[in-house]
Amino acid sequence: MRVIPLLTLAWTLSVASLANAQDPIRIAFIDPQSGTFAATGETGYLQLKFAADYFYNDHGGVLGGRPIEVIALDNKNSAADSQQQLRRAISEGIQIVYSGNGSAVASALSTAIERHNRRNPDQRVIFMNYAAVDPILTGADCSFWHFRFDAHSDTKMDVMTSHIAANPDISKVYIIGQDYSFGKAVGDAAISMLAAKRPDIEVVGNELHPIGQVKDFTPYVTKIVSSGADAIITGNWGGDMVALGRAITDAGLDVPIYTFYAAYDGITATLGEAGKNRIRLVHNDYANPVTSEERIAFTRAFKAQYPHKDVTQPRLATSLKMLVNAMEETGGTDPYQLALAMEDMRVTNMTGEEVWMRGEDHQSFQPLYVSVHTDENVVFDADNSGFGLVTEFRVPAEDTITESSCKMNRPQQ
Amino acid sequence: MIEVLVFATLNGLVTGLLLFMLASGLTLIFSMMGVLNFAHASFYMLGAYFAYSISLYLGFWPALIVAPVLVGLLGALIERYGLRRVHKSGHVAELIFTFGLAFLIEEAVQFFWGRATKDYRSPDLLDFPLFTLFGQNFPAYKAFMIFISIAIFIGLYFVLTRTRIGIIIQAAITHPHTVANLGHNVPLIFMAVFGVGTGLAGLAGVIAGPVLTTFPGMAVVLGSIVFVIVVIGGLGSLAGALVASLLIGLLQSYAIASDVGMPDLLAWLGVSFERDHPLNDIWRLTLPQVAPILPYLLLVLVLIFRPSGLFGKRES
Repeated sequence: MRVIPLLTLAWTLSVASLANAQDPIRIAFIDPQSGTFAATGETGYLQLKFAADYFYNDHGGVLGGRPIEVIALDNKNSAADSQQQLRRAISEGIQIVYSGNGSAVASALSTAIERHNRRNPDQRVIFMNYAAVDPILTGADCSFWHFRFDAHSDTKMDVMTSHIAANPDISKVYIIGQDYSFGKAVGDAAISMLAAKRPDIEVVGNELHPIGQVKDFTPYVTKIVSSGADAIITGNWGGDMVALGRAITDAGLDVPIYTFYAAYDGITATLGEAGKNRIRLVHNDYANPVTSEERIAFTRAFKAQYPHKDVTQPRLATSLKMLVNAMEETGGTDPYQLALAMEDMRVTNMTGEEVWMRGEDHQSFQPLYVSVHTDENVVFDADNSGFGLVTEFRVPAEDTITESSCKMNRPQQ
Repeated sequence: MIEVLVFATLNGLVTGLLLFMLASGLTLIFSMMGVLNFAHASFYMLGAYFAYSISLYLGFWPALIVAPVLVGLLGALIERYGLRRVHKSGHVAELIFTFGLAFLIEEAVQFFWGRATKDYRSPDLLDFPLFTLFGQNFPAYKAFMIFISIAIFIGLYFVLTRTRIGIIIQAAITHPHTVANLGHNVPLIFMAVFGVGTGLAGLAGVIAGPVLTTFPGMAVVLGSIVFVIVVIGGLGSLAGALVASLLIGLLQSYAIASDVGMPDLLAWLGVSFERDHPLNDIWRLTLPQVAPILPYLLLVLVLIFRPSGLFGKRES
């Protein structure tokens, strides 16, 4: 019970200090910094921190001289830990939360933030979701406080299945994914979209495995081989993607693998030669050849500071741009005003393309790409391995727009 | 069907024997010191990382020898200067010590090697398919893993039952004071056993690293399952550890390979549910989906019906 007065004190102090014009604008980055998915979380944190310095802090900050400070809070990829870290961030007076790794986590955070904001209208929090792609987050469970900067998995699956449908060599597809909301969403979408686009393609397997628990994927690969599949679809990410990719290549299974996240953070280096021209990614971050000067300069500067890391998610910079635009527009950091300002905002990302944040459901739209894992024509490689992604196919933003199913509960000022 | 069975058996063997290498060290240490070493899987991770770094300079084969020795030495030092001091304060203190050690090692690994997956590869010499059956390769490296694990089991078994050192170790487990009175240095034996046990975990890491990928979460993924094996096999029993490791390796492998689940059971019973039934997720559950929790289910069953484990002698 003695904790509550202490927290109140801390809160009062932090609110009181907000008045100072030189105080940093603090962002809580709630993502895994330990465990199976630590690499993914760490890279995200470093990129956001770097983007804040590169674009704003090195040029005198925002809102007349306030620097942006990014604070990493380790959620161990667990929904319960994320809520604890959210409470900690709130108690320290932080009003901007970034998170992205895992839709289970994002969903828990979105619900917790919605409830917190309803009960504490003086101290609201805005949720910048840069990577969790379960469609439900901007669909049935959409929230006024939640903004998503990645395309959701149905949109990506639409691009992926179109690409598969265009390949006449594929007639049997095996789907494998992590056993949680996102993995299930990927499987369901793949089945229904393939049925619509290429009814002759047979789905020979739809497997779910526990997330972050599988030591060795060889038994799964055995099933894939015996099913006679000539293509694999997976939404796996982090350690689960590395282990699956390695098991597939070790077994000598030579079929195309369609993925969302099979690159960077050691994955590219691990897949190496064995994955060449076999692994394809659907993503929104343009890969080689990079033509935009701004993107090249950013990547070079980032690599100079973190030689062992890559710019894996340029959309983090895009999301920060929207946030800062909203701050400058509203002249402050009030989450309610920021949220209103970001609705239907359009910004140009580093690659020079327009990103639109739809006001109806807070889902962003941007061009999507299909890229292949290779070591040819790669200027900006991944994991310093010589291998990287080369873009094969582009889908313009207009073609990725689907109808919104969100019935948003809009709070009052 | 037959090809799935063959490969499921092979996969189960590889996993089971790998788990045995970890479990054998853990169970040895437990029977000596009466303490479950929570950091055991962390030594496995250290083995993989040491081997990765050594292999960058000297190649895989020297790493195979040097890395486990380094891990074993580190383990012996930790026993000598850490665990032995804590030992005076009782078992709870020792348990907490190893628990903290596990976190310390994970943080240290992240500090020195970073959080990204390391590109630790199997040696080129073994980088070929040993045989191809039903269109699927069986990598030579996996056969090598099986070979090493079996060699370790035979070696350990021989040392413990057929040599003078083994007899002293066995005696020190049950009658430490008598052994000390006979003029043997019991603390030194403890230190050596701890060193060898952690060294074995390190060796498991060296050979598992290239297959199961080398990343900071690798200890956590394997940690809990090793305890399950040691408890199921019977705390302190080497044979029990082997049987339980194989049992769990094969159980998981067969469960994943199977294609049955609740839908089949319901169909067999002639029951059906609507797709929007509130418990729909349960009615759609399949055996492969629950495969990774089967060992824990087995653990609960063993604890209920045979608390001392399959081969355990202790009743307390």
